[in-house]
Amino acid sequence: MDLALAPETLARWQFGITTVYHFLFVPLTISLAALTAGLQTAWVRTEKEKYLRATKFWGKLFLINIAMGVVTGIVQEFQFGMNWSDYSRFVGDVFGAPLAFEALIAFFFESTFIGLWIFGWDKLPKKIHLACIWMVSIGTILSAYFILAANSWMQHPVGYRINEAKGRAELTDFWLVLTQNTALAQVFHTLTAAFLTGGAFMVGIAAFHLVRKKHVSVMKTSLRLGLVTVVIGGLLTAVSGDVLGKIMYQQQPMKMAAAEALWDGEKPAPFSVFAVGDVDKGHNKVAIEIPGLLSFLAKDDFSSYVPGINDVNKAEQEKYGPGDYRPNIPVAYWGFRWMIGFGMTSFAIGLAGLWLTRKKFMLPQHLRVGDDEVPHLVLLPKKALGPTLTKWYWRIAILTLGFPLIASSWGWIFTEMGRQPWVVYGLFQTRDAVSPGVSQAEVITSMVVFTTLYAILAVVEVKLLVKYVKAGPPELTEADLNPPTKIGGDSRDADKPMAFSY
Amino acid sequence: MELHDVWFVLIAVLWTGYFFLEGFDFGVGVLTKLLARNRPEKRVLINTIGPVWDGNEVWLLSAGGATFAAFPEWYATLFSGFYLPLLLILVCLIVRGVAFEYRVKRPEENWQRNWETAIFWASLLPAFLWGVAFGNIVRGVQIDQDFNYAGGVLDLLNPYALLGGLVTLSLFTFHGTVFVGLKTVGEIRERARKLALRVGAVTALLALAFLLWTQADRGDGSSLVAMVAAVASLLIALVAARAGREGWAFAWSGLTIVATVAMLFLTLFPTVMPSTLNPDWSLTVTNASSSPYTLKIMTWCAGIATPVVLLYQGWTYWVFRKRIGTQHIAETVH
Repeated sequence: MDLALAPETLARWQFGITTVYHFLFVPLTISLAALTAGLQTAWVRTEKEKYLRATKFWGKLFLINIAMGVVTGIVQEFQFGMNWSDYSRFVGDVFGAPLAFEALIAFFFESTFIGLWIFGWDKLPKKIHLACIWMVSIGTILSAYFILAANSWMQHPVGYRINEAKGRAELTDFWLVLTQNTALAQVFHTLTAAFLTGGAFMVGIAAFHLVRKKHVSVMKTSLRLGLVTVVIGGLLTAVSGDVLGKIMYQQQPMKMAAAEALWDGEKPAPFSVFAVGDVDKGHNKVAIEIPGLLSFLAKDDFSSYVPGINDVNKAEQEKYGPGDYRPNIPVAYWGFRWMIGFGMTSFAIGLAGLWLTRKKFMLPQHLRVGDDEVPHLVLLPKKALGPTLTKWYWRIAILTLGFPLIASSWGWIFTEMGRQPWVVYGLFQTRDAVSPGVSQAEVITSMVVFTTLYAILAVVEVKLLVKYVKAGPPELTEADLNPPTKIGGDSRDADKPMAFSY
Repeated sequence: MELHDVWFVLIAVLWTGYFFLEGFDFGVGVLTKLLARNRPEKRVLINTIGPVWDGNEVWLLSAGGATFAAFPEWYATLFSGFYLPLLLILVCLIVRGVAFEYRVKRPEENWQRNWETAIFWASLLPAFLWGVAFGNIVRGVQIDQDFNYAGGVLDLLNPYALLGGLVTLSLFTFHGTVFVGLKTVGEIRERARKLALRVGAVTALLALAFLLWTQADRGDGSSLVAMVAAVASLLIALVAARAGREGWAFAWSGLTIVATVAMLFLTLFPTVMPSTLNPDWSLTVTNASSSPYTLKIMTWCAGIATPVVLLYQGWTYWVFRKRIGTQHIAETVH
């Protein structure tokens, strides 16, 4: 059969499209839940109205986003069975458990308390209502943890045995699956990257308003919160990325060799900044390199040996039999670079912003501004940026809202495609994982349907986001400032319209 | 009772939870065309399930995830075999969820009308298709020796399964109608009570035919008990609805769903998906289940999580216990 239309290729495309799309909403959901909860906590503690307005504004964008995250997540739960039935049969004993935990523990939590939060403004006392958004936040983090533990098992299977009679992997140590270093590092990396994403989203939108001198008080608070989140999130993403990278060198040397287009093992190994490779001949035609850096990234030692693609390929051929064990090298190489490049650019923009908009007490008198004024961007100790540079910084700050989304998309494309031809590393190959009973026509149908539907919904969603971003934070009403004291709502409100209704 | 038998029961419990809860959700979605006369009334209907539909839908994800973990072979055969119907259900659930959240976010007439149409169809189709799916599971499908579905999509549209689809559609609509009677005030409540009798009568006829067919083909003593319980519950629900006892009507329509699902699972046991090609190729609780270790872990998880979930989901219903009417619907877009 034509390889481009082989069921495996189609099923992989569908998984790639639906998963990358789903993951555009996931990091924003995780981080915006916590950031909204933080803002609402500030409102409950200080009773400053700007915090409540910020909560309502970011909360709305969060809800527009999570709606998409929830519905595209349903597909993920069933797709394994639909397109990857042989995979499901082989791994279900191990892989199914974290998925079931995710649904039973995290999804219920998230979706029940989100309903309480959306509709609860006039039904729940202030503090209980606040607790609901924190519950949602905990739910999103638990959900990430379970699904990443499942994915980590695909990267590095542990705690199982092979049952030859049944032809499947069977769980022997669930605790190990949940706590192996791959899982912990992946969770650490994904969560910190999620906060980088949410922080950048906040920075970008706050910058959009501040450059127009609109909604200054709320947006200034949001900008600072976003910048701090970007810097802390970005820094920890880099640290966790380094940890995860070192683990990957141990567990999947091929993925990391491909990430560096390092064809043959070197001691010390250089870090590649730019390369044009020739996959057929197994070498690079053009390469710009930093000597020794890769050795350090892999093993904390500038002179250590790092195996290359050709070495690992040979080793795997000896271990698993004849075959080509190389992933798509250009995708792995460039995916790795786009991930780091876009993520760290966002981090740099945040770091610059945090310095440029530093607090009053660090500024000379003439550069300080009132609470309702747009801050000066102060680069040197006593001098603000000129109008042109100021304008450019705000422009770049607006752009940064998309960068971490690009970075995390490439991060997933890199780590999943870098594992090929394995679906479970060293254990089960992707070509053996597809559903034998599902026809080519069925897979094409579902791929076309999902892609079309997702494209339409993307347009709808982005337009809505733009509308509500432009509208800015809402003015508060009497009801907003007088939340109920009883669960279920105060009787004085019995015949009033609901605070929120569909 | 071995662990895989326990898990057969737990999977049945999760599906029951799903059909009980999202059953009235779907019903309410269907009623937006059947019962509501104008937009404010439509919005009253949608808002009766507003805070809870998302939590209700997670029962499906739990049933799916738990089937994957406890019966990987069942999960693999079912979802790859019923590929296109499942695709349609997924599309409906996606559109429906987005429709609830986005409908109110723009004031334009077209926007709101389109999402309302989406809510109706995306509630009606899954309500029908789940019945078709379960009809086929109970009836058996062409499963080959590798446990793969060997039939085509048209084989799934047989009379028995289609009747099953009509039963779930009408039963969920009935369940939704009594739910609306319980959760609303004003004129719409009165009309819901009247409509409940008509929908309930249709449901009773369809359900009786389907359950008798099931009992005749595959029934035994225990399924007969469940069948009688299902039919009796439905009749009591109808009587209660007629007497204006809305709480009781809802409880009994819920019990009808419980007993119907129980009957279907009782006729299945110990198979989980019978093969019509060769009884040896049927999926059973033994050959489709996970290892005892996995089942033990899953039992702990479900044993602790499910009661807690029921507790906080129950609390949600208590928080939003007040009836709503058109006076509670604000006109603003938000």
